[in-house]
Amino acid sequence: MKSSAKPQEMMALYRTMCRIRAFETKVQELFASNMIPGFVHLSIGEEAVAAGISSVLRPDDYITSTHRGHGHVLAKGADPRRMMAELFGKRTGYCKGKGGSMHIADFSVGVLGANGVVAGGFPIAVGAGLSCKLRGTDQVVVCYFGDGASNRGPVHEAMNMASIWKLPIIFACENNQYASTTAMSYSTSVPKISMRAQGYSMPGLTVDGNDVLAVREAAAQAVARARSGEGPTLLEALTYRWRGHFEGDPQRYRTKEEVQEAKARDPITRLAAVLRKKRLLSAQLEQRIQKEIQEEIEEAVRFAQESPYPEAQEALEDLYAGDVAQAAKGGLA
Amino acid sequence: MSLRELTNTEAMAEALEEEMLRDPTVFIVGEDIVAHGGIFGQFKGLPEKFQGRVIDTPISESCILGAGLGAALTGMRPFVDMHFADFLTTAMDEVANQAAKIRYMFGGQVKVPMVIWAPDGAGLSAAAHHSQSLEAWFVHTPGLKVVSPCMPYDVKGLIKTAIRDEDPVLFFMHKKIFGRKGPVPQEEYLIPLGSADIKRQGRDVTVITYSITLLHAMEAAQELAREGVELEILDLRTLWPIDWEAIARSVSKTHRVVVAHEACITGGLGAEIAARIQEELFDELDAPIVRVGAKRVPHPFSPPLEKFVIPGPHSILEAAKEVLT
Repeated sequence: MKSSAKPQEMMALYRTMCRIRAFETKVQELFASNMIPGFVHLSIGEEAVAAGISSVLRPDDYITSTHRGHGHVLAKGADPRRMMAELFGKRTGYCKGKGGSMHIADFSVGVLGANGVVAGGFPIAVGAGLSCKLRGTDQVVVCYFGDGASNRGPVHEAMNMASIWKLPIIFACENNQYASTTAMSYSTSVPKISMRAQGYSMPGLTVDGNDVLAVREAAAQAVARARSGEGPTLLEALTYRWRGHFEGDPQRYRTKEEVQEAKARDPITRLAAVLRKKRLLSAQLEQRIQKEIQEEIEEAVRFAQESPYPEAQEALEDLYAGDVAQAAKGGLA
Repeated sequence: MSLRELTNTEAMAEALEEEMLRDPTVFIVGEDIVAHGGIFGQFKGLPEKFQGRVIDTPISESCILGAGLGAALTGMRPFVDMHFADFLTTAMDEVANQAAKIRYMFGGQVKVPMVIWAPDGAGLSAAAHHSQSLEAWFVHTPGLKVVSPCMPYDVKGLIKTAIRDEDPVLFFMHKKIFGRKGPVPQEEYLIPLGSADIKRQGRDVTVITYSITLLHAMEAAQELAREGVELEILDLRTLWPIDWEAIARSVSKTHRVVVAHEACITGGLGAEIAARIQEELFDELDAPIVRVGAKRVPHPFSPPLEKFVIPGPHSILEAAKEVLT
């Protein structure tokens, strides 16, 4: 598609997608070799959504993310070293080892948190949007969610509320076709999630979520609308998750052929082709970018591995902000 | 100090007005609060004085609660009106999974300065969906602070503190005490969270209580005084953090304890308090602790049924006699 993105903006999109891919590919390896505890949900194949949307956001804009949030958080500017350390459960992680993969937040770059509850980010996004309005700023909020979340109750409360108050929110559906193991074609009453926007008097757009330039264009429109006080937009990006719902998922709900077909629509390969055609990406440059990213990710892993685990007693810290001593009087520990 | 008599409703409105004047980030959000001034008239006058900062919502409890949370994370101090405490259950994810856990889960990166205000309690024949006392659920949830005062002095001082607190505070107020009057100073004052108050000095039995049950205890105490029995009544005011030192002091003085609340006895806060007293103060006890609370059924509608289910002054009177024999 025709894009208004400048050459350097296109290159930035490419880098962002490659960083997300490299980070998650490394996480996949580390998880398989038992270096990372817990559950890990990867977004490999879906990189264009986070990269495209974040490319039109400012550092002071907010996002709420999902349990599949590594890409959203990285694209918004989080540090891969602290992310990796968190995945390892180390003290230097974003949450000092209390959150893990599903709960990464970086308030310094507007990441209000990934969320372990499907659709948990919606009401929080409404609150952040309300706060922007009350404080009189022109910040916007992106509420990332998946197709599965769109069937939960808080989604509908949130879209209604954002609409009546004209809040600066982009409800960004990263539609990867599956809610955990359940296909969207079975679980959802509409063929397109964006159709739900009609019920809440907001624009609903569906774009090819593997075309990062298309995502960026649509997001730019939605962000402009939000920033100028016209209210929320529901933006649906159609994409596909290459990996299972979680690492180790036997994936009995889909065929290998279906996954293979989806891989042919790789958003990174696709943008690389555009860049080559525009003579922005030579084989040499491509190699250099990949090498830089690889080094950055290796450094993140090194940082995570070399970082200490928290002391057991640290499990009792960070529960309350104020008057912790007073709370402790009540037998907090 | 100059005192006036205010109702709980007036004390609450005054606290909110003072805090909204002091801090422009404080705002109120909930159902029926602008035109109606709140379902109990508790926000009367505020929508006019603070236009745009008292915000009506659709009936969307999850989102009302979550909106408060999102605003708290991004620089505001929301005061969220939950209409009826029972409706907290329709926003349980936002309270228990999100507001309570966010600070901890994110390694202390952020503060969550919000008040969730919820009228609770039975006695109005409001039946099972508008009568519950749910405080034990929230005391059980790490990350929340829980307040449940009874007298206007405490209501005003604790609302102001709760608004200034950096953590999510669940503020319960019993529906039958809104019109209850009491002395309130003209001058500004704050009551710290986690501080109990001895509402009546006595030597024979400590009654540990809060919310409307405090009034029942006072009534029972008057009656027992005629028989020469002096109850000491400890009003917890804040349920978490709990003022353990005040409890220990009083138990060490009277050596006999009744724990009384309107919520269901089973799994109630009384069970926690009784357990901790026997763990830490067993040697101080001259008799087994007796608990007072509602019977374990949903709240019935018909007045005689409801009266039978929830505790009243007589329940505390009987419990006190039991620990004395």
